[in-house]
Amino acid sequence: MPEHDLPDDHDPLRHIQPTDSDHLDYVGQQGLAVEQDTLIEPDVIKREEARSLWGHAWRDLRRRPIFIVSTLLIILLLLMAIWPGLFTDANPRQADLAHDFLRKPDYTDFFGAGWFGYDGQGRSVYARVIYGARASITVGICVTLAVVIVGGLAGMVAGYFGGWSDAVISRIIDIFFGIPLLLGALVLLNAFSVRTVWSVVVALAFLGWTQLARVMRGSVLTIKQSDYVVAGRALGAGTGRLMFRHILPNAVAPVIVVATISLGGYITAEATLSFLGIGLQDPTISWGVDISSAQKFIRTAPFVLFFPAAALSLTVLAFIMMGDAVRDALDPKLR
Amino acid sequence: MTPMTPNGATPVGAALAEEAAFEKPVSRGEPILEVRDLVKHFPLTRGVVFKKQVGAVKAVDGVSFDLMQGETLGIVGESGCGKSTLAKVLMNLEPATAGSVRYKGEEISHLTGSALKAVRRNIQMVFQDPYTSLNPRMTVGDIIGEPYEIHPEVAPKGDRRKAVQDLLDVVGLNPEYINRYPHQFSGGQRQRIGIARGLALKPEIIICDEPVSALDVSVQAQVINLLEKLQNEFNLSYMFIAHDLSIVRHISDRVGVMYLGRIVEIGTDEEIYEHPTHPYTQALLSAVPVPDPVARESRDRIVLVGDVPSPANPPSGCRFRTRCWKAQEKCAQEVPALTVREWLEGPAAHDSACHFAAERENGQ
Repeated sequence: MPEHDLPDDHDPLRHIQPTDSDHLDYVGQQGLAVEQDTLIEPDVIKREEARSLWGHAWRDLRRRPIFIVSTLLIILLLLMAIWPGLFTDANPRQADLAHDFLRKPDYTDFFGAGWFGYDGQGRSVYARVIYGARASITVGICVTLAVVIVGGLAGMVAGYFGGWSDAVISRIIDIFFGIPLLLGALVLLNAFSVRTVWSVVVALAFLGWTQLARVMRGSVLTIKQSDYVVAGRALGAGTGRLMFRHILPNAVAPVIVVATISLGGYITAEATLSFLGIGLQDPTISWGVDISSAQKFIRTAPFVLFFPAAALSLTVLAFIMMGDAVRDALDPKLR
Repeated sequence: MTPMTPNGATPVGAALAEEAAFEKPVSRGEPILEVRDLVKHFPLTRGVVFKKQVGAVKAVDGVSFDLMQGETLGIVGESGCGKSTLAKVLMNLEPATAGSVRYKGEEISHLTGSALKAVRRNIQMVFQDPYTSLNPRMTVGDIIGEPYEIHPEVAPKGDRRKAVQDLLDVVGLNPEYINRYPHQFSGGQRQRIGIARGLALKPEIIICDEPVSALDVSVQAQVINLLEKLQNEFNLSYMFIAHDLSIVRHISDRVGVMYLGRIVEIGTDEEIYEHPTHPYTQALLSAVPVPDPVARESRDRIVLVGDVPSPANPPSGCRFRTRCWKAQEKCAQEVPALTVREWLEGPAAHDSACHFAAERENGQ
């Protein structure tokens, strides 16, 4: 996919940002014209600041087809989740059993209610795929945010301070690791009388933070030993500066990777729980619920199963690909 | 762990009182750092939660020396003899187990909080490996400018960028490189960045922990020359830790030889290199490569047998006795003091921790 397909094409600054080669020329000219230093200086500051770590990563990411594809997919999914009405006029809850029961897809009816056919209750599969994105995306993003924050903080504290805090947090992590995610979620969700998206989020986050805490702890333990952290201490840097300026930026890369990959996993977990009948329930629209109800028709009407399952797989794939691309871009040693 | 003051703000009164003491000028040749009987033991523990101490690694075990203002004190010794631990303890990166470190007469080994921060302004460090001592996620400007963020009183906010560029210039790097990342530099350039960071706070003492051992030889020379230039320019006192004897000789005014956590011999470079009296120093010097093949044939090498004993369980008395050809009964019973032996004369009469200190008969 060509680079200019990206939305930042409309960024007015883009045209005055120098490429690598004209930047070098620029420095060369400045080196010669020393007396112009004061005139040129502020401009240099502004330009160079745009090339921070994230600036570099961004420039790098824009050239990666995998990142572009996954970003477009994710943007599409986000749009579906926020404004499903943009994609379909059909009502996902409207059921006309007499007329639409398992009606075959009409592939010429682009974006119409019958595009992907109708399910066992005569509801538009296309509309349900679109509306189902919201539950999956919400669960995926919210659980990931929660586990990154809780697990990341716990891992930082355990790794940085060590001693008793490490012993306590590590034992808690060990205990949680003994609980299988699905079994634990089954038990937890049973405790909720009404199960909404948020109860699924709470259950998955409660069981999932330990994985990231462990990754973060290991990462912090390694980085804490490094010479530049010792150098920071030798300069008199406080705990906050050491943690958030030196350790966190260097320790966060594996956490980002694990988090993006597990984001897909949480979406799958939500679908699995819904499939098992313990996650989301009708009338909440979710891919998992639809996959669950489509299984009875797998031989007569496989399309009812296929489309929500494909949407689920694509979503998980998109997040995993993005995690991969971001990891590569954030690692300055690879540049 | 470094004690912390929030946001780098110093309680004004306390910091001012401390700084006043450290502002005291020390004239050239006076001791600026006095180290007495410094001990650092790392406990060996058993058990995960309920730890039980089963022994200690005696990394530094009773080290005393003075660092004079404006001089370079070289510390040599083989790997694992406690050189780097000594540097860390002096920098207050590791708490000392016992002993005292006095900077301009003030005890600094047990300082915490803002007082410690004030000392850090005056004692800085250059690290061994330039590939790991720079944060790969910070630009050079951020790395060299960080000391100013931690000690905002050194450079006002508006001047920092200029100050950082000046430092880059001082260490011989293009000031335009300020927004580059460490991985865009070579090893020698990175070490210059590390030196610039050490210089940022205008310290009086710089502890160089093997600053050139990770660099190749031609670059070593550049960095050593830079360090010497900076010493003259800013009137710095160096403690220069290395295992390369010829580099230490080149840069040092005085040299201390360490073995298994103790200083075994200390003196001017002439005294140590030309008139060593401790057997360990003699063995160490006889291992220095000689560039002349004829002289190489005729010289008498001392090849030490055995390994360095474990610092967790050092030998009684003199620590070198297990590998020493002069060892006698007395060496196992009495710890030799680091003093001048009365039977020695001339340049051989310098501090040496050997009961039988003497120059070698046949020389090299």
